[in-house]
This record gives sequence, structure tokens and C-alpha cells, in this order.
Amino acid sequence: MSYFSDIYNGIKTLLTGMSVTGKYFLTSRKGAITQQYPDNRDTLKMFERFRGEVVMPHDENNEHQCTGCQKCELACPNGSIEIIWDRGIDEATGKKKKFIDKHVYHLGLCTMCGLCIEACPTDAIVWAQNYENSTYDRTQLTKVLNRPGSKVKAGVED
Amino acid sequence: MNISLSITETIQDWLITMMPEGVASILAMTLVALIYLAIFAVAGLYLVLLERKVAAWFQLRIGPNRVGYWGLFQTMADALKLVSKELTGTVKADKFLYNLAPYFVIISSLMALAVFPFTQEFQAFDINIGIFFLIAISSIGVIGILLGGWSSNNKFALIGAMRSGVQTISYELSVGLSLLTMIVITGTLQLSEIVEVQKHGWLILQGHVPAIIAFMVYMIAGTAETNRAPFDMVEAESELGAGFHTEYSGMKFAYFFLAEFINMFIIAAIATTVFFGAWLSPFGITESLPWLGIFWFLGKTLLLVFLMMWFRWTFPRLRVDQLLTLEWKYLLPINLVNIVIMAIIVWLNLTIKF
Repeated sequence: MSYFSDIYNGIKTLLTGMSVTGKYFLTSRKGAITQQYPDNRDTLKMFERFRGEVVMPHDENNEHQCTGCQKCELACPNGSIEIIWDRGIDEATGKKKKFIDKHVYHLGLCTMCGLCIEACPTDAIVWAQNYENSTYDRTQLTKVLNRPGSKVKAGVED
Repeated sequence: MNISLSITETIQDWLITMMPEGVASILAMTLVALIYLAIFAVAGLYLVLLERKVAAWFQLRIGPNRVGYWGLFQTMADALKLVSKELTGTVKADKFLYNLAPYFVIISSLMALAVFPFTQEFQAFDINIGIFFLIAISSIGVIGILLGGWSSNNKFALIGAMRSGVQTISYELSVGLSLLTMIVITGTLQLSEIVEVQKHGWLILQGHVPAIIAFMVYMIAGTAETNRAPFDMVEAESELGAGFHTEYSGMKFAYFFLAEFINMFIIAAIATTVFFGAWLSPFGITESLPWLGIFWFLGKTLLLVFLMMWFRWTFPRLRVDQLLTLEWKYLLPINLVNIVIMAIIVWLNLTIKF
């Protein structure tokens, strides 16, 4: 007798599916997820986890958190990060210390995999949510992440 | 001559005042054909727009909204683009059949439109075997699909066309038998008389349980007849490229595309005529204004078209064996039993009449 119960179950499950899509149809006006992009450029805000490009946040004293450990450079699978570093004297302790000269980031090579950000022990680099990254000249895609004259925040290395 | 209803009659009377009768009737037929062609080419385009809008709403999108207010000229622009495109073809295609196929499909679907009673007055061809004519015409379209798939010398197209053959031949039975179930009540095949019978309540009410079963079977089989999802084995994009029309471009592709949507309209219009009283208003609320019938007819038809779109955007595609199981093991036996039940109900006079 499974013949008739098959028919019953078939119709029941089909109606369940139709009620689900029917609800979506009725609420679609309020919940449309389409972004009408060039029109809402001013108000469009990307969500938290969106991967725009890698940036290095600086605080108000022009200090970043990068210690120059090069873990991000090692983690990057296609070499889009290059760290130019140097040794200098730490003013507080008088000892020799490594610091970054330039944190060079090639946006043109980056695949947005995020391994550098996972590798960073001090959270010096994070994702930015900007999405209009196209340029007319590819040299503009090579970016120096640390600002000129910036230095590492005290206490990050401890 | 069976042409008797007023759209053709008015035109014919007007022409007879100017020229001999033979020329006048031929000219009248041509004029009516042109009117229908113009109306349904535009209607087909707007059905495509409706489909795209409904699809968008089901998927929480907005849909076409750039060309014209609310996207109203989107499909017009698409049609213009298709007209201006190059007609390509494969080198080893069977050129004659390849060029013939789209016309088979589009002409067979346009021919079926002639018999629908849009209102009491607006019916081009009130043939006395209306339903039979519709079933016969709607199966000619598949020849076009088979020809298109065969002649374009492409294995995807051929597989798509063969699947279409399997599918249409199977589901034709269910369409025919579910309509026959309703013919048992009406006792006539002529569409205008079927509407006449329904003045005592639409057939889906008159026939109650078996009529509802027949309607469900008809909608499933009808969706399969038009080769739409979930029965779109013919042009299963993920498997066959575009199916039977893989090698078609430009206006020939547009004919296939337009025919699909006109066929959907036809299936819904047959259901409206046979189950939901065609141009009759519910409980006769606008009986004094017969011209309102066209709105009732189109309203009911579009509601059924929407139902088919709802199917399309809800259900996943069937496999070939599931498709044939559904037809031969479920729909066909149910249908045969249903006819017997309907015959008993009519025999014992258990139909509901107002």
C-alpha cells in the first residue's frame, strides 16, 4: 500500500516547498538583497567580513603594531608582501632591535586568502572593507602600508 | 464555414461592402491572423518580463528595472537585440530542416491561440472539435523541437530533442485524458459550448473531487508539455548546454523562446477554459458587462501562469527515469481511474449545479 502513501507524501512535500518559496515571494519587497551599486555608492557599506585589501591601522600618534617579524611575508603563498627592515637602537633599553622600514603590499598579486592576517601575532594588519580597488596604472597597486615617520607602538613586542 | 463570432464577422461585413465575397473572406482571415500575431508577439514578450520579475521576487532580487519605467521595455530591447544578431549555424547542419524547425514551433503555438474564447465575442475560430484541435496542435510543436535537435548536428541538441520526444509523447496522454475527464461533464468539445455549460458553476466546482484531481494532473502534465522546469530535461542547462536550441542564434532562437512562453500561456488558457469558466465572472457579478470577460479570462490565465512559474522556481529538475515513473506509474493510472469516477458521478447526477 505504499503506492498511495507515496502520492500523499509527494504532494505534501511539494506543498511544503511551495509554501517556503511562496513566503519568500511575498516578503521579497522588503527583503530584496540586490544592491543597485553605482546608484547607492554613497550609502553602500560592506559587511564586516568583506575582504577588500590589507591595511595597517595607525593610531593618533602615528604608531602601528608591526614588529617586523616577517611572519606575514612567510605566510603569503604568492609573495605579495615584502618587508624592508633594518636594525636600530631601542631608545628605552639601549639594545639592538629590528624595526620595519617599509611594509610593501602588492595588491595586484594578492588573492585575498587572508593567511597573512591569520599569521600576524600582533594584529598589525587587518582587512579593509573598501571595494573600488581598480586603477588605471598598476604601479598604484603596490602600496606601502606603514605611514612615513611611523613607529611601532611601545609594549607590543612584550 | 464555422467562423461565426463577431470579431471575424465585423471585419468581414465591413469588407464585403467594398469587394466581392470571396476576396473579402480571405482578406478578413488575413487581417484577423495579423491582429492575433501582433497581440501575441507583444504578449509573449511581456510574459518573458513577467517570468523574469517573478523569478527575481522568488529569489529576493529586484529583476529588470533599468529599461523604461520598472523595466517595462527590457524584453522589447532584448527582442531588438536578437533581431539585429547574426544567424549562425553549424557547417554540416541539414540546412533546410534547420531553418524550418523554429517556424514549426512558433506556428503550432500561434495556431492554438485561434480557438480560445477570450470573451463571448472575441473568438477567431469556434471549431466544433475545439479541445481535440488544441490537443492535436499542441503536439505538433514537438516535431519542431525534434527537427531542430536532429538537424543542427550537435550531440547536445540531439539528446535534448530526444528527451523532449520521450517527455512530450508520455505527457500528452495525461493532458488528453485529464481534459477528457472534463468532457464527460460537458458532453461537447466545442469551447464556446463548454463555457455555456459552466454558466451553472465552473467545471472545477461542478465536478468537485474528480475535477480537482483532473486539474492537478493537468497542471503537472501541462508543465511537462511546455518543457519547463521541473521538467526541463530538454534544455537542462547544467547537462546539455542549451538543449535542442544550442546551435540557434538571433531571431530563430527568439522564436523558440517566444514559443515556450506562448505555450505556457496556451496551457494556462486551456485550464482556464475547461476548469475555471473562461470569461465567466465568479457568481456572475459582471454578467451585465460582457466585455469585462476579457479581463476575467486574462486574470485567471495569468494566475495559472503564475502557478507554473511558482513550480519552476520551487522544484528541482527530475531525472529521466523519475520523469517516466511519474507519468506511467502515477499520473496515467490515476487519470484512468479518475475518468471512471467522473463517469459514475455524471451517470448518478452527483454534479453540483447552481
